[in-house]
Amino acid sequence: MNVPLDDFASPADADTLSRLRRRLELAAEADGLLDVAYTTIDSPVGGLLLAATPRGLVRVAYEIEDHDRVLDTLSRRLSPRVLRAPKRLEAVARELEEYFSRRRKIFDLPLDLSLSSGFRQLVQQHLPEIGYGQTRTYGQVAELVGNPKAVRAVGTACATNPLPVVVPCHRVLRADGTPGGYVGGPRVKRTLLSLEAAA
Amino acid sequence: MNMVMKQPFERIVEQHGGTVLRVCRVILGVHDAEDAWSETFLAALRAYPGLPDDANTEAWLVTIAHRKAIDVLRVRRRQPAPIGDVPESPSALGVPGGGDGDLWRAVAALPEKQRQAVAYHYVAGLAYAEIARILGGTADAARRAAADGIRNLRKHYPGAATEGAQS
Repeated sequence: MNVPLDDFASPADADTLSRLRRRLELAAEADGLLDVAYTTIDSPVGGLLLAATPRGLVRVAYEIEDHDRVLDTLSRRLSPRVLRAPKRLEAVARELEEYFSRRRKIFDLPLDLSLSSGFRQLVQQHLPEIGYGQTRTYGQVAELVGNPKAVRAVGTACATNPLPVVVPCHRVLRADGTPGGYVGGPRVKRTLLSLEAAA
Repeated sequence: MNMVMKQPFERIVEQHGGTVLRVCRVILGVHDAEDAWSETFLAALRAYPGLPDDANTEAWLVTIAHRKAIDVLRVRRRQPAPIGDVPESPSALGVPGGGDGDLWRAVAALPEKQRQAVAYHYVAGLAYAEIARILGGTADAARRAAADGIRNLRKHYPGAATEGAQS
C-alpha cells in the first residue's frame, strides 16, 4: 500500500510511552492490580533485580540467575500481573545502597517469603538472626532451627534463598571455614563477607 | 511445565504498547489517544490472569482498545462540539513533534468503520477475520472498509500517492 502509515508513528513515541507506563504503574497500584512490582539496580556485586508483592519484598536476584527467567518464574508462581514499578521498591533500593556503602547493618523491610515453604522457609526466617559481620556453619544453623541433623537441608535452604543479601545466607559457611556455594557465585559471597568484615 | 507460558505483563506492555498507542491515535486523534491507551492497559492488566495462554495477545489488546475508544467517542458526541468539527491548524490536532497534520486531518475525516479497519489492519496488522470479530460483520466487509479507507486517504492526503512502497 502506498499510504505512509509509518507517519502515524511519531518521534515522540518513546517519551509518550514512558510517561504512559508511569501512569499505568500508578493506576495499577491504586486499583490493587500490581501483584508483583519490580525494578533493577546497580550494585558492587552486579545488577540486582528486586521484586515485591503488596506484602513485602519477595525476590532479590543476581544477574547470573537470568532476570528474564526470574520474571517468568514470578509470573508463573505468584501472578502474571508483573510490572516494572520502581516506586514500590524505593525503600528496598535505598537500604541496599546504604548496606553496600557500609552505612546499614540491619535491613528493616517487610518480607514476603511465599516463594519458599516448609523447612526451607523456616531456615530463611531464622537467617537474619546471624548478625552483621558474623558467620555460622551449616551445622550451627541446623541447631539454631532445632534440627541438628538437617545439615544438608540447611544447605538447600540457603541455596534456594529467594532473598539473598537481605536474608543473609552468605553468612553461612562450611564447617572447615571455606565459603561453600552461593546463589550469586562464590566470588560474590566472599565480597559480601569482606564488606561486612571491613566495617 | 507448559510450553506456552503466560508472560509477565510488563513484556506485553513492552511488545504492544507502541502499536496500541498508534491504533488509539488513528481512531481518536493524538489527544484522546493517551487516555484510551491508559484505560486499555489497565483493563488488560485486570483481565490478564484469565486470558488463555495461547490467545492472540495483539488482537485481544486491540479489542479492548476498540471498546475504550468507543467509550471516548460516545462522551465526545455528548459534548457540544460536533465530531466533524476538525480544527484548521495542524498543531491544534496535537500531533507530537509537529508531524504531518494533513495525514491526521485526512484520517480524522474518514467514516468511523473505515478508520477502524485501516487502524486494525494497517497499523495493528490484524487479519480481516479478526477485525470482523471486533467490528461485527464479515471478513469481506472488513476488507472493503479498509480498502475504501485507504482510497479515501489517497484522495484527501496527496502525500500518500507519491510515497513508494511502505518503507
